Amino acid sequence: MAYPGSTASRLSESAGGTLPLLAYLALAMTLMVADQRGGFASQARLKLSVLAEPVWWVAASPGRVAEGVGKLFSTRQELTAENQRLTRELQVSASRLHRLLAVAEENQRLRELLGGTRGYRLSAKLVGIIDIDLDPSRQRILLDAGSDGGVAVGQAMIDAGGVLGQVVEVTPRRATALLLTDPDHAIPVQVVRSGLRTIAFGTGRTDQLRLPNIPQSADIRVGDRLVTSGIGGRFPAGFPVGVVEALHPDDTRLFVVAEARPAARLDRGLEVLLVSNAVDETDVGPDAPPPPEPPAEPAAEPAAEPTTTPAAAPANAASTPAPATRTPRP
Amino acid sequence: MTRTPSPWLLYGSLLSSLLVLVVPLPAGIDLARPYLLAMLLCYWMLEAPDHVGLGVAFLAGLAADLVSGTLLGEQALRLVVLAFLVQRFRTRLRFFPLWQQALAVFALLLNDRLIALAIALASGDGLPPWGTWLSPLVGFALWPWLFLLLDELRLRLRERERGG
Repeated sequence: MAYPGSTASRLSESAGGTLPLLAYLALAMTLMVADQRGGFASQARLKLSVLAEPVWWVAASPGRVAEGVGKLFSTRQELTAENQRLTRELQVSASRLHRLLAVAEENQRLRELLGGTRGYRLSAKLVGIIDIDLDPSRQRILLDAGSDGGVAVGQAMIDAGGVLGQVVEVTPRRATALLLTDPDHAIPVQVVRSGLRTIAFGTGRTDQLRLPNIPQSADIRVGDRLVTSGIGGRFPAGFPVGVVEALHPDDTRLFVVAEARPAARLDRGLEVLLVSNAVDETDVGPDAPPPPEPPAEPAAEPAAEPTTTPAAAPANAASTPAPATRTPRP
Repeated sequence: MTRTPSPWLLYGSLLSSLLVLVVPLPAGIDLARPYLLAMLLCYWMLEAPDHVGLGVAFLAGLAADLVSGTLLGEQALRLVVLAFLVQRFRTRLRFFPLWQQALAVFALLLNDRLIALAIALASGDGLPPWGTWLSPLVGFALWPWLFLLLDELRLRLRERERGG
Protein backbone atom coordinates (compact mmCIF):
# COMPACT_ATOMS: atom_id res chain seq x y z
CA MET A 1 0.00 0.00 0.00
CA ALA A 2 2.77 2.30 0.97
CA TYR A 3 5.00 1.85 -2.08
CA PRO A 4 2.94 0.12 -4.71
CA GLY A 5 4.84 1.67 -7.53
CA SER A 6 8.23 0.70 -6.23
CA THR A 7 7.37 -2.94 -5.63
CA ALA A 8 5.87 -3.17 -9.06
CA SER A 9 8.92 -1.70 -10.65
CA ARG A 10 11.19 -3.96 -8.65
CA LEU A 11 9.15 -6.95 -9.70
CA SER A 12 9.28 -6.00 -13.33
CA GLU A 13 12.99 -5.32 -13.06
CA SER A 14 13.79 -8.74 -11.65
CA ALA A 15 11.45 -10.39 -14.13
CA GLY A 16 13.18 -8.47 -16.89
CA GLY A 17 16.48 -9.86 -15.65
CA THR A 18 15.53 -13.49 -15.26
CA LEU A 19 13.00 -14.06 -18.03
CA PRO A 20 15.52 -13.84 -20.88
CA LEU A 21 17.83 -16.03 -18.86
CA LEU A 22 15.15 -18.68 -18.46
CA ALA A 23 14.26 -18.44 -22.13
CA TYR A 24 17.86 -18.92 -23.20
CA LEU A 25 18.37 -21.79 -20.77
CA ALA A 26 15.26 -23.54 -22.03
CA LEU A 27 16.38 -23.06 -25.61
CA ALA A 28 19.84 -24.44 -24.87
CA MET A 29 18.37 -27.43 -23.03
CA THR A 30 16.04 -28.21 -25.93
CA LEU A 31 18.92 -28.06 -28.37
CA MET A 32 21.06 -30.33 -26.21
CA VAL A 33 18.37 -32.95 -25.79
CA ALA A 34 17.55 -32.85 -29.49
CA ASP A 35 21.22 -33.23 -30.35
CA GLN A 36 21.70 -36.08 -27.90
CA ARG A 37 18.67 -37.94 -29.22
CA GLY A 38 19.81 -37.50 -32.80
CA GLY A 39 16.90 -35.24 -33.66
CA PHE A 40 16.75 -32.10 -35.75
CA ALA A 41 19.55 -30.45 -33.80
CA SER A 42 22.13 -33.03 -34.80
CA GLN A 43 21.06 -32.59 -38.41
CA ALA A 44 21.39 -28.84 -37.98
CA ARG A 45 24.83 -29.31 -36.45
CA LEU A 46 25.93 -31.40 -39.41
CA LYS A 47 24.78 -28.69 -41.80
CA LEU A 48 26.15 -25.81 -39.78
CA SER A 49 29.55 -27.33 -39.15
CA VAL A 50 30.44 -26.17 -42.66
CA LEU A 51 30.65 -22.75 -41.04
CA ALA A 52 33.24 -24.02 -38.58
CA GLU A 53 35.55 -25.24 -41.33
CA PRO A 54 37.54 -22.00 -41.72
CA VAL A 55 38.18 -21.97 -37.98
CA TRP A 56 39.42 -25.56 -38.12
CA TRP A 57 41.58 -24.74 -41.10
CA VAL A 58 43.25 -21.82 -39.34
CA ALA A 59 43.63 -23.75 -36.09
CA ALA A 60 45.35 -26.61 -37.86
CA SER A 61 47.76 -24.36 -39.73
CA PRO A 62 50.50 -24.30 -37.02
CA GLY A 63 50.76 -28.06 -37.40
CA ARG A 64 51.01 -27.77 -41.17
CA VAL A 65 53.64 -25.05 -40.94
CA ALA A 66 55.70 -27.06 -38.44
CA GLU A 67 55.55 -30.07 -40.72
CA GLY A 68 56.61 -28.05 -43.74
CA VAL A 69 59.48 -26.40 -41.89
CA GLY A 70 60.57 -29.78 -40.57
CA LYS A 71 60.69 -31.15 -44.10
CA LEU A 72 62.64 -28.12 -45.26
CA PHE A 73 65.31 -28.43 -42.63
CA SER A 74 65.66 -32.17 -42.26
CA THR A 75 69.24 -33.06 -43.04
CA ARG A 76 70.50 -35.43 -45.63
CA GLN A 77 71.63 -37.82 -42.92
CA GLU A 78 68.17 -38.02 -41.41
CA LEU A 79 66.62 -38.62 -44.78
CA THR A 80 69.07 -41.42 -45.54
CA ALA A 81 68.37 -43.04 -42.19
CA GLU A 82 64.65 -42.76 -42.74
CA ASN A 83 65.00 -44.17 -46.22
CA GLN A 84 66.95 -47.16 -44.94
CA ARG A 85 64.44 -47.81 -42.22
CA LEU A 86 61.52 -47.63 -44.61
CA THR A 87 63.24 -49.95 -47.08
CA ARG A 88 63.80 -52.48 -44.33
CA GLU A 89 60.21 -52.23 -43.25
CA LEU A 90 59.04 -52.61 -46.81
CA GLN A 91 61.00 -55.82 -47.15
CA VAL A 92 59.56 -57.21 -43.94
CA SER A 93 56.02 -56.27 -44.94
CA ALA A 94 56.46 -57.63 -48.44
CA SER A 95 57.62 -60.98 -47.18
CA ARG A 96 54.76 -61.10 -44.76
CA LEU A 97 52.38 -60.14 -47.53
CA HIS A 98 53.53 -63.02 -49.68
CA ARG A 99 52.79 -65.44 -46.91
CA LEU A 100 49.46 -63.80 -46.30
CA LEU A 101 48.58 -64.20 -49.96
CA ALA A 102 49.27 -67.90 -49.70
CA VAL A 103 47.16 -68.15 -46.59
CA ALA A 104 44.34 -66.21 -48.19
CA GLU A 105 44.40 -68.49 -51.20
CA GLU A 106 44.29 -71.49 -48.96
CA ASN A 107 41.50 -69.92 -46.99
CA GLN A 108 39.53 -69.32 -50.15
CA ARG A 109 40.01 -72.93 -51.20
CA LEU A 110 38.88 -74.20 -47.83
CA ARG A 111 35.83 -71.97 -47.96
CA GLU A 112 34.97 -73.33 -51.37
CA LEU A 113 35.38 -76.84 -50.01
CA LEU A 114 33.01 -75.99 -47.19
CA GLY A 115 30.55 -74.58 -49.65
CA GLY A 116 30.77 -71.14 -48.10
CA THR A 117 29.83 -68.36 -50.45
CA ARG A 118 30.64 -65.47 -48.24
CA GLY A 119 32.91 -63.08 -50.04
CA TYR A 120 34.54 -60.08 -48.47
CA ARG A 121 35.65 -57.19 -50.52
CA LEU A 122 37.67 -54.98 -48.30
CA SER A 123 38.02 -51.48 -49.63
CA ALA A 124 40.58 -49.22 -48.00
CA LYS A 125 41.21 -45.52 -48.24
CA LEU A 126 43.88 -43.31 -46.71
CA VAL A 127 42.68 -40.04 -45.19
CA GLY A 128 44.42 -37.35 -43.17
CA ILE A 129 43.55 -36.23 -39.67
CA ILE A 130 43.01 -32.51 -39.13
CA ASP A 131 45.36 -31.55 -36.34
CA ILE A 132 43.00 -29.87 -33.90
CA ASP A 133 41.78 -30.77 -30.43
CA LEU A 134 38.07 -31.28 -30.07
CA ASP A 135 36.40 -31.33 -26.69
CA PRO A 136 38.50 -33.64 -24.49
CA SER A 137 35.55 -35.23 -22.71
CA ARG A 138 34.32 -36.77 -25.96
CA GLN A 139 36.92 -38.74 -27.82
CA ARG A 140 36.53 -37.73 -31.42
CA ILE A 141 38.80 -36.74 -34.24
CA LEU A 142 38.17 -34.82 -37.41
CA LEU A 143 39.07 -36.37 -40.75
CA ASP A 144 40.13 -34.46 -43.81
CA ALA A 145 37.66 -36.10 -46.18
CA GLY A 146 33.90 -36.32 -46.38
CA SER A 147 31.11 -37.78 -48.40
CA ASP A 148 32.61 -36.14 -51.51
CA GLY A 149 35.62 -38.39 -51.00
CA GLY A 150 33.63 -41.54 -50.48
CA VAL A 151 33.62 -41.55 -46.69
CA ALA A 152 30.47 -43.05 -45.20
CA VAL A 153 29.07 -43.42 -41.73
CA GLY A 154 30.08 -46.73 -40.19
CA GLN A 155 33.43 -47.18 -41.89
CA ALA A 156 36.08 -48.62 -39.59
CA MET A 157 39.24 -46.61 -39.04
CA ILE A 158 42.60 -48.31 -38.56
CA ASP A 159 46.21 -47.25 -38.30
CA ALA A 160 49.43 -49.22 -38.39
CA GLY A 161 48.82 -50.54 -34.87
CA GLY A 162 45.23 -51.63 -35.15
CA VAL A 163 41.64 -50.46 -34.97
CA LEU A 164 41.23 -46.81 -34.08
CA GLY A 165 37.47 -46.27 -34.20
CA GLN A 166 34.69 -45.62 -36.66
CA VAL A 167 33.16 -42.80 -38.65
CA VAL A 168 30.04 -41.36 -37.03
CA GLU A 169 29.28 -38.13 -38.84
CA VAL A 170 29.92 -37.12 -42.42
CA THR A 171 29.65 -33.74 -44.06
CA PRO A 172 30.57 -33.10 -47.69
CA ARG A 173 34.18 -32.27 -46.90
CA ARG A 174 34.79 -33.42 -43.35
CA ALA A 175 34.02 -36.45 -41.25
CA THR A 176 33.99 -36.99 -37.52
CA ALA A 177 35.18 -40.30 -36.14
CA LEU A 178 34.50 -41.80 -32.76
CA LEU A 179 37.56 -43.31 -31.13
CA LEU A 180 37.64 -46.78 -29.66
CA THR A 181 38.13 -45.32 -26.19
CA ASP A 182 35.06 -43.06 -26.12
CA PRO A 183 32.64 -44.13 -23.36
CA ASP A 184 29.93 -44.47 -26.02
CA HIS A 185 31.92 -46.90 -28.12
CA ALA A 186 31.81 -50.69 -28.09
CA ILE A 187 33.52 -53.12 -30.41
CA PRO A 188 33.08 -56.90 -30.71
CA VAL A 189 36.41 -58.61 -30.10
CA GLN A 190 37.86 -62.07 -29.94
CA VAL A 191 40.78 -63.37 -27.88
CA VAL A 192 43.36 -64.64 -30.35
CA ARG A 193 44.64 -67.45 -28.16
CA SER A 194 41.39 -69.01 -27.00
CA GLY A 195 38.81 -67.75 -29.46
CA LEU A 196 36.69 -66.26 -26.67
CA ARG A 197 34.33 -63.64 -28.04
CA THR A 198 33.33 -60.59 -26.05
CA ILE A 199 32.83 -56.84 -26.34
CA ALA A 200 35.31 -54.10 -25.51
CA PHE A 201 33.95 -50.78 -24.27
CA GLY A 202 35.71 -47.43 -24.20
CA THR A 203 36.47 -45.84 -20.85
CA GLY A 204 37.15 -42.23 -21.76
CA ARG A 205 40.88 -42.68 -21.18
CA THR A 206 43.09 -42.96 -24.22
CA ASP A 207 45.05 -45.91 -22.86
CA GLN A 208 42.31 -48.18 -21.60
CA LEU A 209 39.50 -50.41 -22.82
CA ARG A 210 37.14 -52.34 -20.59
CA LEU A 211 35.73 -55.83 -21.19
CA PRO A 212 33.01 -56.48 -18.63
CA ASN A 213 30.87 -59.57 -18.08
CA ILE A 214 33.37 -62.26 -18.91
CA PRO A 215 32.35 -65.57 -17.30
CA GLN A 216 34.76 -66.73 -14.62
CA SER A 217 35.35 -69.95 -16.45
CA ALA A 218 36.37 -68.19 -19.65
CA ASP A 219 39.86 -68.64 -20.95
CA ILE A 220 41.44 -65.20 -20.83
CA ARG A 221 44.79 -64.17 -19.38
CA VAL A 222 46.89 -61.09 -18.95
CA GLY A 223 48.86 -60.58 -22.15
CA ASP A 224 46.21 -62.02 -24.46
CA ARG A 225 45.84 -60.21 -27.75
CA LEU A 226 42.41 -59.09 -28.88
CA VAL A 227 41.32 -58.83 -32.50
CA THR A 228 38.04 -57.75 -34.05
CA SER A 229 35.69 -60.68 -34.38
CA GLY A 230 33.70 -59.30 -37.29
CA ILE A 231 30.42 -59.95 -35.53
CA GLY A 232 27.86 -57.34 -36.39
CA GLY A 233 29.44 -56.69 -39.75
CA ARG A 234 30.66 -53.20 -38.99
CA PHE A 235 34.32 -53.93 -38.30
CA PRO A 236 36.13 -56.34 -40.60
CA ALA A 237 37.42 -59.38 -38.74
CA GLY A 238 41.01 -59.91 -37.71
CA PHE A 239 42.34 -56.43 -36.95
CA PRO A 240 44.29 -56.02 -33.69
CA VAL A 241 42.36 -54.14 -31.02
CA GLY A 242 44.48 -54.37 -27.89
CA VAL A 243 46.29 -56.40 -25.29
CA VAL A 244 44.76 -57.53 -22.00
CA GLU A 245 46.56 -55.79 -19.15
CA ALA A 246 44.62 -56.67 -16.01
CA LEU A 247 41.85 -58.96 -14.84
CA HIS A 248 39.74 -58.51 -11.76
CA PRO A 249 36.34 -59.73 -10.52
CA ASP A 250 33.42 -57.34 -10.87
CA ASP A 251 31.24 -56.11 -8.03
CA THR A 252 29.01 -59.16 -7.97
CA ARG A 253 32.03 -61.52 -8.02
CA LEU A 254 30.24 -63.57 -10.66
CA PHE A 255 32.04 -62.20 -13.66
CA VAL A 256 35.50 -61.05 -14.59
CA VAL A 257 36.32 -57.59 -15.88
CA ALA A 258 39.34 -57.28 -18.13
CA GLU A 259 41.22 -54.12 -18.88
CA ALA A 260 43.03 -53.79 -22.17
CA ARG A 261 45.43 -51.33 -23.76
CA PRO A 262 44.47 -50.29 -27.31
CA ALA A 263 46.86 -51.42 -30.02
CA ALA A 264 46.38 -48.34 -32.17
CA ARG A 265 48.19 -45.10 -31.51
CA LEU A 266 45.28 -43.09 -30.26
CA ASP A 267 47.10 -40.02 -29.05
CA ARG A 268 48.32 -38.60 -32.30
CA GLY A 269 48.72 -39.85 -35.81
CA LEU A 270 48.72 -38.04 -39.09
CA GLU A 271 46.84 -40.38 -41.33
CA VAL A 272 44.42 -43.23 -40.91
CA LEU A 273 43.05 -45.92 -43.15
CA LEU A 274 39.29 -46.19 -43.58
CA VAL A 275 38.17 -49.70 -44.39
CA SER A 276 34.68 -50.83 -45.13
CA ASN A 277 33.52 -54.34 -45.15
CA ALA A 278 31.58 -54.69 -48.34
CA VAL A 279 29.87 -58.03 -48.03
CA ASP A 280 28.50 -59.38 -51.25
CA GLU A 281 25.68 -61.37 -49.76
CA THR A 282 23.18 -60.53 -47.14
CA ASP A 283 24.38 -63.02 -44.53
CA VAL A 284 26.37 -60.74 -42.30
CA GLY A 285 26.43 -63.07 -39.33
CA PRO A 286 29.54 -64.68 -37.98
CA ASP A 287 30.78 -67.65 -39.86
CA ALA A 288 30.60 -69.80 -36.73
CA PRO A 289 34.12 -71.16 -37.04
CA PRO A 290 34.92 -74.46 -35.36
CA PRO A 291 36.40 -73.70 -31.91
CA PRO A 292 40.10 -74.38 -32.47
CA GLU A 293 40.68 -72.28 -35.59
CA PRO A 294 39.83 -68.70 -34.54
CA PRO A 295 42.99 -66.77 -35.36
CA ALA A 296 43.39 -68.10 -38.88
CA GLU A 297 40.70 -65.87 -40.25
CA PRO A 298 42.35 -62.98 -41.99
CA ALA A 299 39.17 -62.46 -43.89
CA ALA A 300 40.73 -59.43 -45.41
CA GLU A 301 41.83 -59.42 -48.97
CA PRO A 302 45.53 -58.94 -48.40
CA ALA A 303 46.32 -56.76 -51.36
CA ALA A 304 43.89 -54.15 -50.14
CA GLU A 305 45.41 -53.70 -46.72
CA PRO A 306 48.91 -54.80 -45.86
CA THR A 307 48.73 -53.86 -42.18
CA THR A 308 46.92 -56.95 -40.96
CA THR A 309 49.31 -58.95 -38.88
CA PRO A 310 48.68 -62.61 -39.45
CA ALA A 311 47.85 -64.26 -36.20
CA ALA A 312 50.64 -66.74 -36.60
CA ALA A 313 53.31 -64.04 -36.48
CA PRO A 314 54.90 -63.71 -33.07
CA ALA A 315 53.55 -60.89 -30.96
CA ASN A 316 56.83 -59.04 -30.91
CA ALA A 317 57.33 -59.09 -34.59
CA ALA A 318 53.82 -57.85 -35.06
CA SER A 319 54.10 -54.97 -32.66
CA THR A 320 57.61 -53.68 -33.22
CA PRO A 321 57.36 -52.42 -36.77
CA ALA A 322 54.05 -50.80 -36.09
CA PRO A 323 55.28 -47.54 -34.53
CA ALA A 324 58.05 -47.26 -37.04
CA THR A 325 55.72 -47.03 -39.99
CA ARG A 326 54.47 -43.68 -38.82
CA THR A 327 55.63 -40.69 -40.70
CA PRO A 328 58.26 -39.18 -38.43
CA ARG A 329 57.47 -35.81 -37.00
CA PRO A 330 60.26 -33.30 -36.60
CA MET B 1 29.80 6.24 -19.09
CA THR B 2 30.73 3.53 -21.51
CA ARG B 3 32.15 4.21 -24.89
CA THR B 4 31.44 2.13 -27.94
CA PRO B 5 34.27 -0.33 -28.36
CA SER B 6 35.63 -0.96 -31.79
CA PRO B 7 33.54 -3.79 -33.27
CA TRP B 8 36.70 -5.14 -34.85
CA LEU B 9 38.29 -5.58 -31.47
CA LEU B 10 35.14 -6.99 -29.89
CA TYR B 11 34.24 -9.59 -32.48
CA GLY B 12 37.84 -10.22 -33.51
CA SER B 13 38.75 -11.15 -29.96
CA LEU B 14 35.73 -13.44 -29.66
CA LEU B 15 36.59 -15.11 -32.96
CA SER B 16 40.21 -15.67 -32.00
CA SER B 17 39.08 -17.24 -28.73
CA LEU B 18 37.17 -19.77 -30.84
CA LEU B 19 40.52 -20.67 -32.39
CA VAL B 20 42.02 -21.15 -28.95
CA LEU B 21 39.28 -23.73 -28.29
CA VAL B 22 40.63 -26.12 -30.91
CA VAL B 23 44.25 -25.21 -31.52
CA PRO B 24 46.31 -28.37 -30.97
CA LEU B 25 48.26 -28.53 -27.71
CA PRO B 26 50.48 -31.33 -26.43
CA ALA B 27 48.60 -34.15 -24.75
CA GLY B 28 48.06 -33.44 -21.07
CA ILE B 29 48.31 -29.69 -21.41
CA ASP B 30 45.28 -29.60 -23.66
CA LEU B 31 43.05 -30.45 -20.70
CA ALA B 32 44.10 -27.28 -18.88
CA ARG B 33 43.27 -25.14 -21.90
CA PRO B 34 41.95 -21.82 -20.55
CA TYR B 35 38.36 -21.04 -21.43
CA LEU B 36 39.32 -17.81 -23.16
CA LEU B 37 35.89 -17.33 -24.73
CA ALA B 38 34.25 -17.10 -21.30
CA MET B 39 36.92 -14.71 -20.05
CA LEU B 40 36.53 -12.44 -23.05
CA LEU B 41 32.76 -12.40 -22.71
CA CYS B 42 33.27 -11.51 -19.07
CA TYR B 43 35.55 -8.63 -20.01
CA TRP B 44 33.22 -7.24 -22.65
CA MET B 45 30.23 -7.51 -20.36
CA LEU B 46 32.09 -5.47 -17.77
CA GLU B 47 33.32 -2.85 -20.21
CA ALA B 48 30.62 -2.70 -22.86
CA PRO B 49 27.37 -3.92 -21.32
CA ASP B 50 25.29 -2.20 -23.99
CA HIS B 51 26.82 -4.31 -26.74
CA VAL B 52 27.30 -7.67 -25.10
CA GLY B 53 24.45 -9.37 -23.32
CA LEU B 54 22.87 -12.76 -22.93
CA GLY B 55 22.11 -12.95 -26.64
CA VAL B 56 25.73 -12.52 -27.68
CA ALA B 57 26.77 -15.06 -25.05
CA PHE B 58 24.26 -17.53 -26.40
CA LEU B 59 25.35 -17.09 -30.01
CA ALA B 60 29.03 -17.28 -29.07
CA GLY B 61 28.28 -20.48 -27.19
CA LEU B 62 26.52 -22.00 -30.20
CA ALA B 63 29.49 -21.11 -32.40
CA ALA B 64 31.83 -22.69 -29.87
CA ASP B 65 29.68 -25.83 -29.85
CA LEU B 66 29.94 -26.09 -33.61
CA VAL B 67 33.67 -25.55 -33.60
CA SER B 68 34.65 -27.82 -30.75
CA GLY B 69 32.13 -30.56 -31.41
CA THR B 70 30.29 -30.48 -28.10
CA LEU B 71 26.56 -31.05 -27.85
CA LEU B 72 24.76 -28.23 -29.61
CA GLY B 73 23.70 -25.87 -26.82
CA GLU B 74 26.08 -27.04 -24.10
CA GLN B 75 28.49 -24.14 -24.19
CA ALA B 76 25.63 -21.82 -25.02
CA LEU B 77 24.01 -22.77 -21.73
CA ARG B 78 27.26 -22.44 -19.79
CA LEU B 79 28.03 -19.03 -21.25
CA VAL B 80 24.50 -17.72 -20.71
CA VAL B 81 24.72 -18.64 -17.04
CA LEU B 82 28.11 -16.98 -16.79
CA ALA B 83 26.87 -13.88 -18.58
CA PHE B 84 23.89 -13.66 -16.29
CA LEU B 85 26.09 -13.81 -13.20
CA VAL B 86 28.41 -11.15 -14.56
CA GLN B 87 25.44 -8.92 -15.36
CA ARG B 88 24.11 -9.32 -11.85
CA PHE B 89 27.37 -8.42 -10.13
CA ARG B 90 28.68 -6.06 -12.77
CA THR B 91 28.61 -2.93 -10.63
CA ARG B 92 30.63 -4.63 -7.94
CA LEU B 93 33.04 -6.50 -10.22
CA ARG B 94 33.89 -3.36 -12.14
CA PHE B 95 35.35 -1.60 -9.15
CA PHE B 96 37.25 -4.49 -7.67
CA PRO B 97 41.04 -4.23 -7.75
CA LEU B 98 42.51 -6.41 -10.43
CA TRP B 99 43.50 -9.35 -8.26
CA GLN B 100 40.08 -9.50 -6.64
CA GLN B 101 38.53 -9.39 -10.06
CA ALA B 102 40.74 -12.31 -11.04
CA LEU B 103 39.47 -14.22 -8.02
CA ALA B 104 35.89 -13.53 -9.03
CA VAL B 105 36.62 -14.71 -12.56
CA PHE B 106 38.17 -17.83 -11.09
CA ALA B 107 34.96 -18.49 -9.18
CA LEU B 108 32.93 -17.95 -12.35
CA LEU B 109 35.09 -20.34 -14.34
CA LEU B 110 34.91 -22.93 -11.58
CA ASN B 111 31.15 -22.62 -11.58
CA ASP B 112 31.27 -23.07 -15.33
CA ARG B 113 33.24 -26.32 -14.92
CA LEU B 114 30.63 -27.53 -12.43
CA ILE B 115 27.84 -26.89 -14.93
CA ALA B 116 29.86 -28.70 -17.58
CA LEU B 117 30.27 -31.61 -15.17
CA ALA B 118 26.52 -31.70 -14.53
CA ILE B 119 25.81 -31.69 -18.26
CA ALA B 120 28.35 -34.44 -18.88
CA LEU B 121 26.79 -36.60 -16.19
CA ALA B 122 23.26 -35.92 -17.39
CA SER B 123 24.11 -36.85 -20.97
CA GLY B 124 25.89 -40.02 -19.85
CA ASP B 125 29.38 -39.04 -20.96
CA GLY B 126 30.96 -39.93 -17.63
CA LEU B 127 33.35 -37.88 -15.55
CA PRO B 128 35.65 -35.56 -17.47
CA PRO B 129 39.37 -36.08 -16.88
CA TRP B 130 40.72 -34.42 -13.74
CA GLY B 131 43.05 -32.19 -15.74
CA THR B 132 40.10 -30.08 -16.84
CA TRP B 133 39.88 -28.68 -13.32
CA LEU B 134 43.21 -26.93 -13.89
CA SER B 135 41.61 -24.81 -16.59
CA PRO B 136 40.03 -22.27 -14.16
CA LEU B 137 43.41 -21.90 -12.44
CA VAL B 138 45.06 -21.04 -15.74
CA GLY B 139 42.23 -18.60 -16.37
CA PHE B 140 42.86 -17.03 -12.98
CA ALA B 141 46.52 -16.54 -13.80
CA LEU B 142 45.74 -15.13 -17.23
CA TRP B 143 42.97 -12.69 -16.29
CA PRO B 144 45.08 -9.68 -15.15
CA TRP B 145 47.20 -9.84 -18.28
CA LEU B 146 44.19 -10.23 -20.53
CA PHE B 147 42.50 -7.31 -18.83
CA LEU B 148 45.52 -5.04 -19.15
CA LEU B 149 46.13 -6.06 -22.75
CA LEU B 150 42.57 -5.37 -23.85
CA ASP B 151 42.45 -2.08 -21.96
CA GLU B 152 45.65 -1.00 -23.66
CA LEU B 153 44.37 -2.02 -27.08
CA ARG B 154 41.14 -0.09 -26.59
CA LEU B 155 43.04 2.97 -25.44
CA ARG B 156 45.32 2.87 -28.47
CA LEU B 157 42.38 2.49 -30.85
CA ARG B 158 40.56 5.36 -29.25
CA GLU B 159 43.59 7.61 -29.44
CA ARG B 160 44.12 6.76 -33.05
CA GLU B 161 40.49 7.63 -33.79
CA ARG B 162 40.87 10.93 -32.04
CA GLY B 163 44.12 11.66 -33.78
CA GLY B 164 42.78 10.70 -37.20
